[in-house]
Amino acid sequence: MARRVSCGSEELHVLAVDDSNVDRKVIERLLRISSCKVTAVESGSRALQYLGLDGEKNSVGFDGLKVNLIMTDYSMPGMTGYELLKKIKQKSSALREIPVVIMSSEKVLARIDRCLEEGAEEFLMKPVKLSDVKRLKSFILRGEADVHGEKQTQKRKLEEDPWSASPPLSSSTSSLSGNLSPSPPPSPSSTLQPLSKRTRL
Amino acid sequence: MEVGQLQRKFVDYTASLFCEGFLDEQFTQLQQLQDESNPDFVVEVVSLFFEDTEKLLNDLTRALDQQSVDFKKVDAHVHQLKGSSSSIGAQRVRNACIAFRNFCEEQNTDACSKCLLQVKQEYSLVKNKLDTLFRLEQQIVEAGGAVPMVG
Repeated sequence: MARRVSCGSEELHVLAVDDSNVDRKVIERLLRISSCKVTAVESGSRALQYLGLDGEKNSVGFDGLKVNLIMTDYSMPGMTGYELLKKIKQKSSALREIPVVIMSSEKVLARIDRCLEEGAEEFLMKPVKLSDVKRLKSFILRGEADVHGEKQTQKRKLEEDPWSASPPLSSSTSSLSGNLSPSPPPSPSSTLQPLSKRTRL
Repeated sequence: MEVGQLQRKFVDYTASLFCEGFLDEQFTQLQQLQDESNPDFVVEVVSLFFEDTEKLLNDLTRALDQQSVDFKKVDAHVHQLKGSSSSIGAQRVRNACIAFRNFCEEQNTDACSKCLLQVKQEYSLVKNKLDTLFRLEQQIVEAGGAVPMVG
């Protein structure tokens, strides 16, 4: 499954998921001001519909625009951001390589751990700031470049996994923002995990 | 009133809203997202907040009026209101919501009703303040001036 990324293009397309009208408008603005294309939807099921993961024809987004990043609120009626994350990251999902960021107004450590465990790139505290978006954008762009085999060994904040034989399928680092619960750095043995269950710290 | 006076009035008024805790840093963040290409951004976001809040307050009133109060539902509404007030920097509304949620947890109907009153009051106050602020902005623009960046 080839990942269609145009290395030269700096414009990310972000899918924002939030049931709050206010928050959707704000995140939309934050992303647009950061030169990102935005599609904002109000629920997890709408997001899956847009991504073509709702059981309908497998498509990249019905208007043809590839999604480079998904930012979703955690607490939503119906499907939570966590449930949406799980669906996207399923082994069978064609879109599991898309980085997913969770946003929440509640700093519940168990919740944060659970999300990272399930493959979220980052957990952002709400209200989300422009600096969060800018940081996220540059991190995602670096990650995109990696997919094309141009290893960016120096720029990563975390150590590269020395045990992986092939280039990482997705950006495996997440910026250690102040939002994450402090945890000890991974011991060498903990990196010997199947890629699909790699713990992101 | 001429432009300079209006602008000073605007600056002072804005400062007072921050001083008195009606608005916090998040409101400043929103102002910084406004520019010539999106000159009404703050008004638009705040209008959404007003719309959503009025609906939530109605829902809350109804929910607390029930014979058997569904505290999970009440808490869900308050959580939403806490979120949106936080997103626009309406600090006092947000704080009132935090207190409210504690009583939801305790399933204390009386205390919740009092909290609802408190939230309604804080909302009404901040709505008036923001309406006044936006009116001032409009007057400055109509008088041919630029709205000063505060904070």
